[in-house]
Amino acid sequence: MTELAVTRISRREHTTIEPASRWVPLELREVWRFRELLVTLAGRDVRLRYRQTALGVAWVVIQPLMAAGVFSLVFGRIAKLGSDGLPYFLSAFAGMLGWNAFQTTLTKSGSCLLGNSHLVSKVYFPRIVLPLSSIFTALIDFAVAFVMFLILLIIYHHPPSIQLLLLPVWLVLILGLALGVGLFVGGLTVSYRDVQYIMPVMVQFLMFASPIAYSVSNISKLSPRMQSLYFLNPLAGYLAAFRWSLLGVGTVPWGYVGYSVVVTVVLLVSGAYSFRHMEQRFADVI
Amino acid sequence: MSSDTLAISVRGVSKTYRISQLAVRHTMLREAIVERLRNPFHRAVREEFAALHDVNFDVQAGEVVGIIGRNGAGKSTMLKILSRITLPSSGKIDLFGRVGSLLEVGTGFHPELTGRENIYLNGAILGMRRQEISRHFDAIVEFADVEQFLDTPVKRYSSGMYVRLAFAVAAHLNSEILVVDEVLAVGDLQFQKKCLGKMGEVASQEGRTVLFVSHNMTAVQSLCKRVVWLDRGRVMLDGPTKPVIAKYSQTSYAAQTEHTWDDPATAPGNAMVRIRRVSVRPADGDDGVINVRTPLVMEFEYWNLEPDAFLNISLHVFNEDAIRLFNTGPVREPRWQGKPFPVGLFRSRCIVPGDLLNNGTHRVQLLAVKNQSTVIFAMDDALVFDVGDSHDLRGSYHGDWEGAVRPDLEWDTDLISCGLPGSRSTDAAPQAPVAAASSAPARQGVGQ
Repeated sequence: MTELAVTRISRREHTTIEPASRWVPLELREVWRFRELLVTLAGRDVRLRYRQTALGVAWVVIQPLMAAGVFSLVFGRIAKLGSDGLPYFLSAFAGMLGWNAFQTTLTKSGSCLLGNSHLVSKVYFPRIVLPLSSIFTALIDFAVAFVMFLILLIIYHHPPSIQLLLLPVWLVLILGLALGVGLFVGGLTVSYRDVQYIMPVMVQFLMFASPIAYSVSNISKLSPRMQSLYFLNPLAGYLAAFRWSLLGVGTVPWGYVGYSVVVTVVLLVSGAYSFRHMEQRFADVI
Repeated sequence: MSSDTLAISVRGVSKTYRISQLAVRHTMLREAIVERLRNPFHRAVREEFAALHDVNFDVQAGEVVGIIGRNGAGKSTMLKILSRITLPSSGKIDLFGRVGSLLEVGTGFHPELTGRENIYLNGAILGMRRQEISRHFDAIVEFADVEQFLDTPVKRYSSGMYVRLAFAVAAHLNSEILVVDEVLAVGDLQFQKKCLGKMGEVASQEGRTVLFVSHNMTAVQSLCKRVVWLDRGRVMLDGPTKPVIAKYSQTSYAAQTEHTWDDPATAPGNAMVRIRRVSVRPADGDDGVINVRTPLVMEFEYWNLEPDAFLNISLHVFNEDAIRLFNTGPVREPRWQGKPFPVGLFRSRCIVPGDLLNNGTHRVQLLAVKNQSTVIFAMDDALVFDVGDSHDLRGSYHGDWEGAVRPDLEWDTDLISCGLPGSRSTDAAPQAPVAAASSAPARQGVGQ
């Protein structure tokens, strides 16, 4: 009996609560424990987003279709940019696919803390669960839009190529980059609401500074200096590679992609640690 | 007790909040930057507010401990730290066991989602595993009594249903340590009782540790064996429930039965009205103690400073559970009501009949009202007095006499007919006298 009691007690979790400190370990195990909350929150967001809309989930497809339509009109027809010999619409839709994954993750992880302030001030859970759950939302959107892309491939009689197998790699890198930036943005937004006003402008700028509405082959016409300036944007290399995987045409600026990977890792790690540091004050400030 | 069964250990915990003097926090990036550029080496002078100061206590596994204290005593801050929502400024807490906290009923409930979806969402937010929720699902639905509305968005729920569902999820939280804030302040009385019962069950049958914050002393008394009393961020007293609550009720409302302010410049009030004197005493002029049978006189003297003001006093009387017993004003007062008050000193008197207030501490909030509609001055705890018990009207019952008021009502009982209809037997079992025993069930019996 006593022995039994002892084993039961030793199995009890032990938690220590201490004042805020400068360096906080990431405690990924704690995040893992809350993985179900992560999925539930993402599920909630997906469920809620299209409730009380007439077209429902179809919006996930309609939005990029409309954007691709506008891009092929403005950049293809009017500006007459090239699209590696492919239908402009298909090329623009491929760009939108990658961009939407990035943009959804970034904006969602940037605004998730304020949007869930009632949770932050009333219950405990690793706060990083909130930005992480935005990745799931982005992935679900991506899955639906990707099916649409496959349908477009059939419509345009464009067979997928072997490069398609590398797509998950680019997707992970794009989401990692978005999360890295999103962690900084989300943490800062709690203390400084200004950030939420800067973000839309920055996101829009980023969209035109990346090969989304146009293919990266249009950039190779620029001078080498302008090109390296262009690829300072870590997203540019990824999206070029993303489109190359989806459509099997164009080239991958491998050097710049390598640079992007370094930037991503740095942003992700520093973003996570700074988030953990800022997290300690969230409930008091929000 | 050995340290093996320790559930919570709080050691020297303090929490300070920074509040800058002008309440200007740099929530604008520009301000923060400008401020830094202007005074690169100067840190803004900030006022600090200590919500908790060097708090120490231990809780053993299976104990049910109440945390009491006035508003702002630090109870909620303590719970927030224990639930790991915010961090202490100094000190250390060790928790042995999984902590579930319930600082609010229905945290994370989303109005657009259905009852079923919200059960899973709320459960996950409270830290339950999906299979755990599925296992308790039927029990939750039954406890909340919302079977028919499971697939209805909760925005269409009545507020009662909403609260019931929210509490039902939390009540099935399977954690070794349960931290509960004033959640019982919501919901109807019947459901409150059900929740109290459920929590008592949680503690006694499943051996869980419960930390329970409440203003409701009756609830604390019926649930907790031990109470920690916080006052202005410090532990005032920590011990068995009865004596701590008794001490708390005495001291937390320092009695104020009479006070005079002679100087109209410093008396409580403002440019329109100032209070000169407040008092409460037995109406028979006796200096004796007040008990539930004593008629009272409450008297207020005040300066009216505004010519031709249509002034009246209004009183709100509260009991120690902070329940507002009544509001009274001189609506039918014959001499001055409805007439313009010249500048000068006035006295208003109000008689509270005996056999009205129940025993316990009562607080009176004094309002000065203009034109019967605008409150121009409010004074909390203008009078604080204790009403003692009386044994005149108790019969042979000696327990707590529940209820906000203690009226002496007329009763009569008649024998309508002897024997039961249809049966010829005349020796129907005699009814046991209700208040015969002073055991717990009798307490309920007497109120009926």
